[in-house]
Amino acid sequence: MSPDLLKLIFGRLGIDSLPLHEPIVVGTFVVVALGGATLLAGLTYFRLWGYLWREWFTSVDHKRIGIMYMILGIVMLLRGFADALMMRGQQMLAFNGSEGYLNAHHYDQVFTAHGVIMIFFVAMPLVTGLMNYVVPLQIGARDVSFPFLNNFSFWMTVGGAVLVMASLFIGEFARTGWLAYPPLSNIGYSPDVGVDYYIWALQVAGVGTTLSGINLICTIVKLRCPGMTMMKMPVFTWTSLCTNILIVASFPVLTVVLALLSLDRYVGTNFFTNDFGGSPMMYVNLIWIWGHPEVYILVLPAFGIFSEVTSTFSGKRLFGYTSMVYATVVITILSYLVWLHHFFTMGSGASVNSFFGITTMIISIPTGAKMFNWLFTMYRGRIRFELPMMWTIAFMLTFVVGGMTGVLLAVPPADFVLHNSLFLIAHFHNVIIGGVVFGAFAGINYWFPKAFGFKLDQFWGKMSFWFWVSGFYLAFMPLYVLGLMGVTRRLRVFDDPSLQIWFIIAAIGAVFVLIGIMSMLMQFAVSFLKREQLKDVTGDPWDARTLEWATSSPPPDYNFAFTPVVHDNDAWWDMKRHGYQRPLTGFKPIHMPSNTGTGVILAGFATAMGFGLIWYIWWLAAGSFIAMLAVGIGHTFNYHRDFDIPADDVVRTENARTKLLAGVK
Amino acid sequence: MTVAVNPSQTGAPVFYVADEHPHPEGFSTSLGFWIYLMSDCLIFAMLFAAFGVLGGNYAAGPAPKDLFELPLVAVNTTMLLLSSITYGFAMLTMQQNKIGQTQLWLAITGLFGLAFIGIELSEFAHMIHEGATPQRSAFLSAFFTLVGTHGLHVSCGLIWLVTLMVQVQKFGLIEANRRRLMCLSMFWHFLDVVWIGVFTFVYLLGVLR
Repeated sequence: MSPDLLKLIFGRLGIDSLPLHEPIVVGTFVVVALGGATLLAGLTYFRLWGYLWREWFTSVDHKRIGIMYMILGIVMLLRGFADALMMRGQQMLAFNGSEGYLNAHHYDQVFTAHGVIMIFFVAMPLVTGLMNYVVPLQIGARDVSFPFLNNFSFWMTVGGAVLVMASLFIGEFARTGWLAYPPLSNIGYSPDVGVDYYIWALQVAGVGTTLSGINLICTIVKLRCPGMTMMKMPVFTWTSLCTNILIVASFPVLTVVLALLSLDRYVGTNFFTNDFGGSPMMYVNLIWIWGHPEVYILVLPAFGIFSEVTSTFSGKRLFGYTSMVYATVVITILSYLVWLHHFFTMGSGASVNSFFGITTMIISIPTGAKMFNWLFTMYRGRIRFELPMMWTIAFMLTFVVGGMTGVLLAVPPADFVLHNSLFLIAHFHNVIIGGVVFGAFAGINYWFPKAFGFKLDQFWGKMSFWFWVSGFYLAFMPLYVLGLMGVTRRLRVFDDPSLQIWFIIAAIGAVFVLIGIMSMLMQFAVSFLKREQLKDVTGDPWDARTLEWATSSPPPDYNFAFTPVVHDNDAWWDMKRHGYQRPLTGFKPIHMPSNTGTGVILAGFATAMGFGLIWYIWWLAAGSFIAMLAVGIGHTFNYHRDFDIPADDVVRTENARTKLLAGVK
Repeated sequence: MTVAVNPSQTGAPVFYVADEHPHPEGFSTSLGFWIYLMSDCLIFAMLFAAFGVLGGNYAAGPAPKDLFELPLVAVNTTMLLLSSITYGFAMLTMQQNKIGQTQLWLAITGLFGLAFIGIELSEFAHMIHEGATPQRSAFLSAFFTLVGTHGLHVSCGLIWLVTLMVQVQKFGLIEANRRRLMCLSMFWHFLDVVWIGVFTFVYLLGVLR
């Protein structure tokens, strides 16, 4: 075929785009391909495709979508953590003239991919998954406000993850660092597909995140059950509300800044160029106006989880509920007033730096108030050290350290010394792992019995806990030391042999974390095998306080046979204390949304469009876009999107539960 | 929420709604659409901010004074403002359940929208023909992106308008279609408000600059 025709069909994608000269990538590909093939073969052999498609992929049930988000987050955690191990290994080895085992081209992709994956495709899905699963149950709703949109949002997130994963084997990922600052990320310095993969993965996933944010805000504002006023909402619901407000108010900024970067790259405009009046500094400002709220998007739901866990396992009402809510709201607002602390050294001047330094320090006040509230909740409580509570205590200890190094970095003169160093790396891993990751794990251990009807195994859970926590300290405390000694981030080789010992300790820590992750997977497997022993039929295994524990585990499709009425904070606790009798008769048909495959199809076309744009395969991009438009419009011609669960089905489900409960007593 | 809580004779607290009515269809739609509009508003805010930062960076290229023809922009603005008024008439006739008139006003709105897009495109073509391309300077990059994004929104609005006209024709002014027309109405007026900003800050202040 003529080169012109090939170019028309494949854009800039060719045989040489495949990284066949990188043995590590080829090896990974072989493993992933074998694993994937086994999985696909297994699904086919056990005839699970139809089941998966009907019951899961096309499901608009917030609970199933929540679980799928969690699976996505955990799968991507493995990828992101593999990158972390590679970095730790490289930095441990590259001393005394050794180049390590990663070349610069590969290493730069690894640290970029690690950051992008961990934030967008691990932390975000885990947090969104928990919110999706728990919030409607906590507010006594049957589903979210826009169930189809929820399904679509999830698949858009998957689409973004697919693009990032594709970059591992087809072409390359960005080599720019996780925020892709121009001019480095501009076409002149990054002419390859890496930054385009970055842009389109985030744009596709970003649409999903924004829509999911709108959806959950509406759900919380409109679908609370009778009696649940704003100040009677569980704290996790409150933090979810604030997080989703942050999402809606910040992700459009990311969308715009990435769109402008792509215009620079594709059309040749001059937003962030060095010449023709462009301003790379504007990119840095804009992306951090999204980026700082983003860290609170991640950590606020974690705060909510810790609040639920602390009061449940202390057997007490949460101390200072009102102050907890106000602290959350204050953090939400302040998170927009601190973005410049990410680049104190980039020439803003003393007055501007002072302003942003002070606003940053002020954030520690509401956060500290939360910390005291948790402590006072535990004070004189009858604390049960179950796994969720253990993660919570590890969080409290770890997060305070991370918070204090954060306040240290908020002092502009100190930041001039420490910026861009491993001290910063240690700081933000300290708060993200100590806050978000521990929070997600607390949440997983806490709500797993709700989602599946059996508890998670204690032994492997404790293994995971101790290896994670000790591994974290081993891996990141040395980075504080190195940072104070002036070692900057993203280095591939080192000259000073005296530094090596710290990197070796850090690598050992990473191996500990690896064991922690493996133990967690083991925990899931063992718990599944021991599910009969670990079974909980009450629906309330922790003697908990909020509404999600009022229904069965796993909850029926319709969540509650009758919509609950709330009189107090800790509604379920109140119900248990005041003689709540589970209704046994009078069931009615329940109105529910129907499943639809449109979300999968739309997100599939969006991903294909992204792929076409990345590789300059214009027919694919245009075709997918038109198809997306056609499917989207076609979907609006379907006016019948709901059905009624017949009363008989409700009766059958509820009677089965009655029998189970009777068996217990 | 207006649900009947089952009466309790004993005075014990009531913990569930015995006689429940599901939320009406589209219960959350207007709130959801408002929030979407606000997120879209942020997109424009960022583009305005970019224009604010880069709007004076001509890179020795053409400036607003050399490019903008205010009379043409005034005509264009009129088109869009009129389209908002006619959309208002469409909503009024919708309230009175008059399908034919609603469709007529929607069609007129669409024509005004088309005229707006046509004039904008010819303005762009003219500028590009004179060498004032988006690549020429940061000012022009920001100008074309801000105004172009607005135009793109209007174009999407037009596609949506046609879709809704087909649906109204097919299914009548049923509740779902009324809700959709209401959403498009908010979208359309929102674009109008954004255009007022564009007209003021980009064109009028640009010529003064």
